[in-house]
Amino acid sequence: MPTRSFASLRMTTTGREPMGFSQTKDASGVAVVQVEGQLIVGNRQELKELVQAALDAGERRILIDFSRTGYIDSSGLGALVSISKKIREAGGELRLSGLNEDLRSLFELTKLDTLFAIAETPQQALASF
Amino acid sequence: MPSPLRLCVRRSPAPDGSAATVVTLRLPSDVACIEEAVELVTRHCLAGHDTSKKTRFRLQVVLSEALSNAIVRGNQEERGKWVHVQAELGPDAIRLMVTDEGKGFNPLAIPEPIRPEQLDEANGRGLYLIRKLVDAVQFNEQGNSICMILRRP
Repeated sequence: MPTRSFASLRMTTTGREPMGFSQTKDASGVAVVQVEGQLIVGNRQELKELVQAALDAGERRILIDFSRTGYIDSSGLGALVSISKKIREAGGELRLSGLNEDLRSLFELTKLDTLFAIAETPQQALASF
Repeated sequence: MPSPLRLCVRRSPAPDGSAATVVTLRLPSDVACIEEAVELVTRHCLAGHDTSKKTRFRLQVVLSEALSNAIVRGNQEERGKWVHVQAELGPDAIRLMVTDEGKGFNPLAIPEPIRPEQLDEANGRGLYLIRKLVDAVQFNEQGNSICMILRRP
């Protein structure tokens, strides 16, 4: 999967895993955004801007993968709702993948599992476009 | 690259003489501090206990949520205001108190965000998530301090 562009990946001050987002393009042309670390109030805007930039660049098939994500707060969930709306309004499609049991429980508790197309793995998500 | 946050926690015995240890932390009203504060408090809460991945995850989410509410809604991100965290670490349960310096709110006035017509809303899930992920939630009368209780598995 060739690297297309990288958002800022920052190492936090306590030396934990990097927190940020990276974007690549799959061979089939799907924009794949990887969420590294947390998706919370402090960085949700960065994800929204990254997806908006992808839409502005003409991307219409977008996958957000959470295989390397620690936890998500309600602001992060809200950002995904906003992103989903933007993509729909642009005539595009969004898929989510890589949610472990704990992350998936957040979507189920808030009923957001009914709003998003969620695949178990990035490969399954890519095949579903 | 953000500047170092220099958050620091204090550990002390509970004043009531119980077996609990009390951990306190004060952080500025800056959302950039949340992740580090969550990491620090979680580490202290779980130290010395055989904890499931699920408990760690719940602790991280509810702490992040409560700090976010305190900083953004309570303190309105005013840099002169602080958020105070107190964790009472008992053998059977963790009591987490997060207090802001805002005017408070009425938690009973917050609607549940899971009705179909509300799913498209970007906001309003924080308190709901907290209630679902911990064993008990209490507020002080003013509504600027939340107490979340998680029983140890």
